[in-house]
Amino acid sequence: MITRKFRAPVVIAVAALAVGALAGCSGSSTGSSTDAAGGTYTWWDPYPQHAEGSDWANRVQACGTDAGVTIQRTAYDTTSLTNQALLAAQEGTAPDVILLDNPAVSTLADTGMLTTTDELGLDTSGIDANLLAAGQIDGKNYGVPIGANTLALYYNADILSAAGVDPATITSWSSLTDALAKVTAAGHKGITFAGINTEEGSFQFLPWFWGSGADLTKLDSPQAVSALSLWTDWVTKGYAPQSVITNSQNTTWEEFITGDFAFGENGTWQVDNAAKQSFKTGIIEIPAVDSGVAPAPTGGEFITTPVQKDTARYETTKKIVDCMTTPDGFVKTADTFAYYIPPTSAGQEQLLTEHPDLKTWVSAVQSAKGRTSDNLGTNYPLISEQLWTAVQSALSGASSPQDALAAAQTAAASATDGK
Amino acid sequence: MTLSMAPPATPVPGDPRDTADDRPPARRRRSRLGGSRWVAAAFAAPLLVYLAAFYAYPLFRSIDLSVHDYTVRAFVQGNAAFVGLKNYADVVSSPLFSQALLNTAVFVFASLVFQYVFGLALAVFFRNHFRLSGVLRALFLVPWLLPLIVSGSVWAWMLNSDNGIVNAFLQAVGIGQINWLTSPDTSMIAVIIANIWLGIPFNLVILYSGLQNISADVYEAASLDGAGAWRQFWSITFPLLRPVSAITLLLGLVYTLKVVDIIWIMTKGGPANSTTTLATWSYREAFGTGQPDLSPASAVGNILIIIALIFGFLYLRMQRRQENS
Repeated sequence: MITRKFRAPVVIAVAALAVGALAGCSGSSTGSSTDAAGGTYTWWDPYPQHAEGSDWANRVQACGTDAGVTIQRTAYDTTSLTNQALLAAQEGTAPDVILLDNPAVSTLADTGMLTTTDELGLDTSGIDANLLAAGQIDGKNYGVPIGANTLALYYNADILSAAGVDPATITSWSSLTDALAKVTAAGHKGITFAGINTEEGSFQFLPWFWGSGADLTKLDSPQAVSALSLWTDWVTKGYAPQSVITNSQNTTWEEFITGDFAFGENGTWQVDNAAKQSFKTGIIEIPAVDSGVAPAPTGGEFITTPVQKDTARYETTKKIVDCMTTPDGFVKTADTFAYYIPPTSAGQEQLLTEHPDLKTWVSAVQSAKGRTSDNLGTNYPLISEQLWTAVQSALSGASSPQDALAAAQTAAASATDGK
Repeated sequence: MTLSMAPPATPVPGDPRDTADDRPPARRRRSRLGGSRWVAAAFAAPLLVYLAAFYAYPLFRSIDLSVHDYTVRAFVQGNAAFVGLKNYADVVSSPLFSQALLNTAVFVFASLVFQYVFGLALAVFFRNHFRLSGVLRALFLVPWLLPLIVSGSVWAWMLNSDNGIVNAFLQAVGIGQINWLTSPDTSMIAVIIANIWLGIPFNLVILYSGLQNISADVYEAASLDGAGAWRQFWSITFPLLRPVSAITLLLGLVYTLKVVDIIWIMTKGGPANSTTTLATWSYREAFGTGQPDLSPASAVGNILIIIALIFGFLYLRMQRRQENS
C-alpha cells in the first residue's frame, strides 16, 4: 500500500529538509587557507570581475614582485568577502592582505583581527582625513584607503536643454525639484535613484540625509524627515518612478541610460559608461537643502592587514601595502579601475593633470563623508538597516516619513543599546 | 568469517550439532546475530557518518549559535557568552515576529493551495494521453529546471511597476498600473504568484505518478454505472489519491516554509517588511546586512525547523489513524 511505502521516507525527508533549511544559517564553509611557506603572500579583494591576467591582477602581482614574493590573489564579491574574512579569522587562516569595502573595516577591526597602521608602520599622514576616517576607531587607523568614489547626479544634457533647465542653477533641493517639474511637464521622466532595502539604499539616501543637516545618531530629527519627505514627494508626484523602491544602483543606471530620465543618482564608477551613451551627459554634485554641496558617503576599498601568528611576515606585507599607496601607486590604481579618486592631494593633482574631466568627482570626494565616521564604527550597519527600512516604508506608502523614521530611531536605539 | 570473530564464551567439545545440549545452537544463533549486527553497522557506517557530518553537526551548531550571543567579535574570538533562550525571547518579542509569522502562514497556505489545485488539474488533464501530451508535460517542468535567480529576476521584471509586461497588459485593457513589488499591499501577492508558478511542476509530477496507481478498471466500472467525469473525479480520483496528496502537501509545506531565494530576489522581504517571512528574516539577520547577526538568525531558523517538525508529526499521526481504522 502506498501509505506504508511512503512513511519511512517521509520521516527522513521532513528531518532532512528541515535541517537543510538551516544549512544557510550555520554558514560553516571554509575559506582558503594561508600558506606561509615559499614566499607566497595571500591577498583577498572584492573584484571578481578582474580575472587572472587582467590589468588589476597584474598590478597586484607587480607589487608582490617588487617585494620579492609571489602573491596568491583570491577575489570574492563584496558581501561574501566580509563573511569569508570572519570565518578565516576564526580558523586562524586570515590572509596577509584584505582589500575591504570601507564600512566593513570597523566591523572586522572590532573583532581584533586587523592590525593598526601604527603596528605595521604605515605612513598615513598624506591621506585625506575625511577618507581615512572610515577606517578609524578610537583614534586608531585600521587600514589605508586605496582610492575613493562617491555619488553625484548624472544628468541628460539633451533633456535639460530641451526643457530649458540650466544645470548650473541647481544648487538646492527646491531648484532641483523645480527642474524635475519642468522636465516632467515637458514629457520626460524626472530622476531615478536606488531605494532598495540593502546597504545600497542607505548609501544613496545619505547625501540627502546629511544634506538636510541630519545626523545618523538621531534618525527622526525634523531635518531627517525633510530629506525623506523630499524623496517620497518625488515618488508621489511622479518625478521619480515607483521602481526606485526596488532599484539597486545597477538598475538605476540601466534606467538612466535608457535616455528617458533627466537625472540619475550614481557613482564615480559609471564615468566611462556615461561617456559611451548616445546622449550627452553631465555631472553635478548633489545639492544640500538650501545651498552648497551635500556630503555624499565615501565608497571604495581600504587595504587592511589581518593579524598573523608569524609577525615576521609584516615586513613584507608592509612593502606590498606601500607599493599600492604611493602617490604614483594611487594613480596607477585609479587608471586601472577608471573610477577611483586617489585619497591624497598629491595623487589627486596628478590624476587631474591626466584627466581634467574628473574635476567634479575629485571635489565630491573631498567633501564626502565616511559612513562609519563620527565614531559610529560597528553601530553603523545596525543604524543603516533601520534607515533603509524607513526609506522603504515611506516610499511605498506604508507609513509617513515621520512615522517611518520614528520607528527606525526606536529600533536603531535598541539595536545599538550599550554598544 | 564473521562467526570466527565472536570468541566462544565456553569451550564447546566436538561438533555442536552432535550435542543434545540446547545451549550451543542458541549461542551460535546469538553469535551469528552479533556478527551480522557488525556487518550491518559497517554497511550503515557511511550513511551514519554522512548524517552526522551533514545533518547532526549543522543542527547542533545551529542550536549552539542560537543559545550563545555570537556578536561578530565573539564569532572570531570564540568566546560567545551563553545566554540560554534569550535570543529566542528577543526574536519572539520582536515586533517583526508576528508580522513574519503571519506572512509565512499566508505565503505557505496560498502557495500550497494553488500549487496543489493547478498541479492536480494538470495531472488529471495529462492522464488522458493525447498527441504531444508527453512533450507538453515536459514543458510544464521548465520552471523546475530554471535556476531560481533566472526565474526570480524574470518575474521581477515582468511585475515591474513602470516597465513590466504585466502592467503594460493591464493598462492596455484599462485596469491601470498595479505596483506589484513596490506597494506593501500587493507585494505578497506578487511573490506568491511567482512561487505558485515554481511549485506547479513538483505537484504535477508527484500527483501524475499517483494517478498511474489507480486502476483503469475502476473508472471503467464507474462509467458503466453511468458516472460522469465530474463524479468520477470526486468519487474515485480524489479519494484514491488522498495518500499521495498528503505527501505532496507535506513536502510542499516544508519546501515552502524555507523559501528564501524567490522572495529575496524579488523584494528582499520588502517593502516595509510586507514580504518578510521567517526564512527571509533569518537570512537577512545572518547575511543581509553589513554585520552578520548569527545568533538571532539561528534562533529564527530553529523556530522554523520546529514548525516543520510539528507538521511532520501531525502527518504521521494522521497516517497511523488512517491505517488503524
